[in-house]
Amino acid sequence: MTPVLSVSNLTTHFHTADGVVRAVDDVSFEVAAGETLGIVGESGSGKSVTALSILRLIEQPPGWFGPKSRIELDGQNILELSSKELRKIRGAEISMVFQEPGTSLNPVLTVGYQVVETIRAHSKISRSEAWRQAVQLLETVGIPDAPLRARDYPHQMSGGMLQRVMIAIALSCKPKVLIADEPTTALDVTIQAQIVDLLIDLKKKFGMAIVFITHDLGVLARLADRVAVMYAGQIVEHGTAAQIYGEPGHPYTKGLLTAVPRVDKRRGELAGIPGSVPAATAWPAGCRFHPRCPSRLARCDQESPPPCVIGPGHTADCWLHTESNEP
Amino acid sequence: MSASTVAQPSPDELVVVKHLTKRYGDGGGLFRKPRILNAVNDVSLTMRRGESVALVGESGSGKTTFGRCLLRLVEPTGGTIHFDGVDVLALRGQALRRFRRRMQIVFQDPSGSLNPRMRVGPAVREPIEVHGIARGAESRRRVESLFDEVGLNAELYDRYPHELSGGQKQRVGLARALSINPEFLVLDEPVSALDVSVQAQVLNLLESLRRRRGLTYLFIAHDLAVVRQIADRVAVMYLGRLVEHGSSETVYEDPQHPYTTALLSAAPIPDPGAASVRITLTGELPSPTDLPPGCAFESRCPNPKKDERCRTERPELEAKSAGHEAACFYPGVRLGKDDRERSRSPAH
Repeated sequence: MTPVLSVSNLTTHFHTADGVVRAVDDVSFEVAAGETLGIVGESGSGKSVTALSILRLIEQPPGWFGPKSRIELDGQNILELSSKELRKIRGAEISMVFQEPGTSLNPVLTVGYQVVETIRAHSKISRSEAWRQAVQLLETVGIPDAPLRARDYPHQMSGGMLQRVMIAIALSCKPKVLIADEPTTALDVTIQAQIVDLLIDLKKKFGMAIVFITHDLGVLARLADRVAVMYAGQIVEHGTAAQIYGEPGHPYTKGLLTAVPRVDKRRGELAGIPGSVPAATAWPAGCRFHPRCPSRLARCDQESPPPCVIGPGHTADCWLHTESNEP
Repeated sequence: MSASTVAQPSPDELVVVKHLTKRYGDGGGLFRKPRILNAVNDVSLTMRRGESVALVGESGSGKTTFGRCLLRLVEPTGGTIHFDGVDVLALRGQALRRFRRRMQIVFQDPSGSLNPRMRVGPAVREPIEVHGIARGAESRRRVESLFDEVGLNAELYDRYPHELSGGQKQRVGLARALSINPEFLVLDEPVSALDVSVQAQVLNLLESLRRRRGLTYLFIAHDLAVVRQIADRVAVMYLGRLVEHGSSETVYEDPQHPYTTALLSAAPIPDPGAASVRITLTGELPSPTDLPPGCAFESRCPNPKKDERCRTERPELEAKSAGHEAACFYPGVRLGKDDRERSRSPAH
């Protein structure tokens, strides 16, 4: 499969009063059409900055991309586009859904108008034709009585409905890539499940690639084909969903999986991971996970581990695997 | 009414809540009826000594209001609350203050509940001195032992809240709540703002504190997986009412109310191979200020047996087995059963 989006050596740093924040360090991944890549990590892992970097929604300065960073959409490097070219791509070929649907919509415009606005920004069609398309889109994302609800203002809709509107806006120009940054986090469980189902359906229908960013391993298990686990600004493990959940290779991934309580069975004492995520201004030397790692070796605090292949399409950046499997 | 007016309590019942109601309303307008919101509507719940009872529900279910009523942080509109035999709603002034020593609350957002301009050590020390439990060096010594108990390094004593991580702040919140040796803790979403790895640490800590100190918990949460980990008993709320109640084991393994079943089926499981029984709730939530006369869940209920009675008559909690109650006329219907069999069959 040829990737539609390919990110290589992405490095995003910020210059702040507290020093350089190395939010994302040398991150690479690809997604193909019709595929869902999940990026999972805790707060401060760099997953959201990765998402924002893809759309170049990072202000420069204080933001700064490393010289080797490339973000290719169909072979075109987004980081080299002029702002005019960038505007053509954003919303049309690659679009984004955020965590808080309430704050992403304009409160004084009807939701229908906001869908129309996006459609008309990218294609020259009449207002009435755009409205017709907007209503159709709202129907597609499961808004009941769409012709009527299109005239609602955001405050008249529930959080779940607003997130559906956001998804309708994101899909209005049939993008090749949809980036979803914690789209279900602010929602109640039953609504969360509906939105996840909706994304699965829409992917089948539109065939776009999805980059789904979340802290929730449970939600991800339902929809990801492949998973990248981020810790302290780096991808530490990458593989198919079955590999990551079934045979995790990195001690951090293993720790996360044993730390999550499960609704389908009561666990004894949760294993958890000691300590907490380090600050982005001072990542630990060597492997950034070593201070919290239960299986650290002597070299772990000195040298940072290379990615090691531990299965077909499955890599983990950990010295435990290097001896036999250095690529 | 004096504080000693007592309904005969069973010795192991610490908190007995009966028919608790909290109503919010406006006076209406010139041409408009007043709008009444029953945030908590006729809820009865008993917490036994040493037990951890979880109150679960989605946003707007009334679970937080219920918790605050117990501590009289919100004044209930009706019903009774007895704590160790004492009528809590009859307490005034000094008596109420003395009583508050026995029950404490830990909030969801640890940064919002700590004074940003107060160092965390003194913040934990404050209640000890306010309640006259200890002074001077003795109170400092107590704080240090509390820090140790909740897993905080004593060096953090002179730090400000913003210098601490989320997990550390939640531990400070716990130390502060424990500083006056309460018997009962209301934990309002204590881990939902924390990262997964830290959440596990705090859950383990809560469990060990409960065992060591013989504490009783009311654990308010929306995350059913977290609740399963910590609760002995579970009570499920929907739009202000209790819809199901029973031991963790029975509620999770054999849910009776269709809302509980739907809630459990929607909870994500961190395993791509997990059998999933999906029950999709359709229909709109009724307006909380204008609930239908029948079952509040009727408009979204996936139960194929639902009928006219559900729309017109309100189901009361009824025992389905010992200690397991549900408020449904047609409880225990297996929903989405076919799905489960279909998705499991490849494994056989």
